Amino acid sequence: MKLLDKAIETSELTRRFGGLVAVDKLNISVERGEVFGLLGPNGAGKTTTISMLCTILKPTSGSARVNGFDVVKQDTQVRKSIGIVFQDPSIDDRLTGRENLYMHANLYGVPPGEQKSRIGRVLKLVELEDRADDLMRTYSGGMRRRLEIARGLIHYPKVLFLDEPTIGLDPQTREHIWSYIEDLRKAHDITVVLTTHYMEEADRLSDRIAIMDYGKIVALDTPAKLKDTLEGDVITVKTKEAAKLSSVVAGTAGVLRANIVGDGLELTVRGGRVLLPRIVEAAAKNGVFVESVSLREPNLADVFLHYTGRAIRAEGGDELHGLSAIRRRRIK
Amino acid sequence: MTEIRGIYTLWLREIKRYLRDRARIVSSFVQPLLWLVIFGSGIRFSATQIGNLTTQQYIFPGIIGQTLLFTSMFMGISVIWDREFGFLKEILVAPISRFSVFLGKMLGDSTDAVIQGVIVFVLGLLLGIRLNLLMFLEVLPIMILVTFGLVSIGLTVASFIDSLESFGVIQSFINLPLFFLSGALFPLRGDIPIWLQVASSFNPLTYGVDALRTIVLGNAWPPLHPLYYNILMICVFDVAMMTVGTLAFSRRK
Repeated sequence: MKLLDKAIETSELTRRFGGLVAVDKLNISVERGEVFGLLGPNGAGKTTTISMLCTILKPTSGSARVNGFDVVKQDTQVRKSIGIVFQDPSIDDRLTGRENLYMHANLYGVPPGEQKSRIGRVLKLVELEDRADDLMRTYSGGMRRRLEIARGLIHYPKVLFLDEPTIGLDPQTREHIWSYIEDLRKAHDITVVLTTHYMEEADRLSDRIAIMDYGKIVALDTPAKLKDTLEGDVITVKTKEAAKLSSVVAGTAGVLRANIVGDGLELTVRGGRVLLPRIVEAAAKNGVFVESVSLREPNLADVFLHYTGRAIRAEGGDELHGLSAIRRRRIK
Repeated sequence: MTEIRGIYTLWLREIKRYLRDRARIVSSFVQPLLWLVIFGSGIRFSATQIGNLTTQQYIFPGIIGQTLLFTSMFMGISVIWDREFGFLKEILVAPISRFSVFLGKMLGDSTDAVIQGVIVFVLGLLLGIRLNLLMFLEVLPIMILVTFGLVSIGLTVASFIDSLESFGVIQSFINLPLFFLSGALFPLRGDIPIWLQVASSFNPLTYGVDALRTIVLGNAWPPLHPLYYNILMICVFDVAMMTVGTLAFSRRK
């Protein structure tokens, strides 16, 4: 019985591009009805993972099942089960929004009698009813994204893949799309797999988050538990003598970790509010000039730093050169 | 049924794109006219007389063939375009067979190319070539059959190429030999070298042009091959190219 299967299950899923291992023996399992976030910098292997799950790329080794179907042997069934919003636009901009939706409905075998009502409903969901008959080329970036989300829903997919759904969008549109995604899972019985390199996005939307880096999962849990593992607040001290301050505060009770960052020192501490004045005092006593201090509760950026030892990269293109990079960018 | 609707929707998309592109529609009329006038007038002064046909009469079916060839090959660009703008991904993750994807696109592009061919045919009237409706009804299926195979070449080649620039180069690399070896401009008989005859016998357009001449020029044209043989060869070529094309579209990286 298919319902007993997980929405997604991968076993040692691997994909190489030449010498580069983009996805390295990935084992993940996504429950039905869950919003699963894949968080990582660009180039971490998120899109490659999704492309394999969507049957666009073939795994080099290992296997994956989506909605109970094997992504290599049962690719047509997998395609019927999924909806995808790609990272890059994938609409025909010479057609109108509505025409794009009808085309999608026909490609996915939505019965002709139902097409009109379903299209009407998804257009309403993304609030594009009044622009539906305009050519796509006249749409803004945010509107195109929304239309693509609408398109991904027409054929009632079991699993919806959203690859960087809000990349390059303004904050307002982003907020909009987030609330669609939240509404989606309330209204439809749907599993959502979301990739993102925005911490807040993963935090806000996901039930569970897998942190991915260099093709591997480095941590996987609920956002709350991931943040709990840090068991502490973060004090950022802006100073030119970070190294000196680091050795000064190293022994202080409550200071768990000290990392030297760009223009200062980042301390992970227990009981930040109490410790903050102590640290400033210690700095003054040792002649370290403190420019500014800030305190914050842990967020996913800290989780990422904790697990990978690095701040999240905005761009990760430097790992790939020449043909491999091209091959990886251009998925067919 | 799903497959047929998939094919239909892909076909419809190409038609809509064509009809919305004013520049392409204008060039549909202007380009063939240019070819007819330039080739027709230019070659008249250089080529030898072929039987009791005027050069323009002789060349007219060749120009139809050439229009079909150039337009069909050019259509390959739609694959590169779709890839560049990401739309190809939407088609390739759809749950319809690769054969249907290929067929839908091929039929759409072929329709555009055949419309072009029909325009040239009608323009023939302006040049004083005697045409009639029956002739048109005979010519149309030949044009369609020839176009299927040629569009398939264009789509197949384009599916291996990543940039518009390299497609342009490869397109002329394929277009020109096919054109010159088809007998569109000069007759493939008499004292032409044997290698040219052999090469042209592997060219699908040779059979297309010969079939078109047989119909349009009637008794004035002594055919290279009987009409049924020409049609058979074109069909063999179509099936082969459509198979290759489907395989090319089925590659998964």
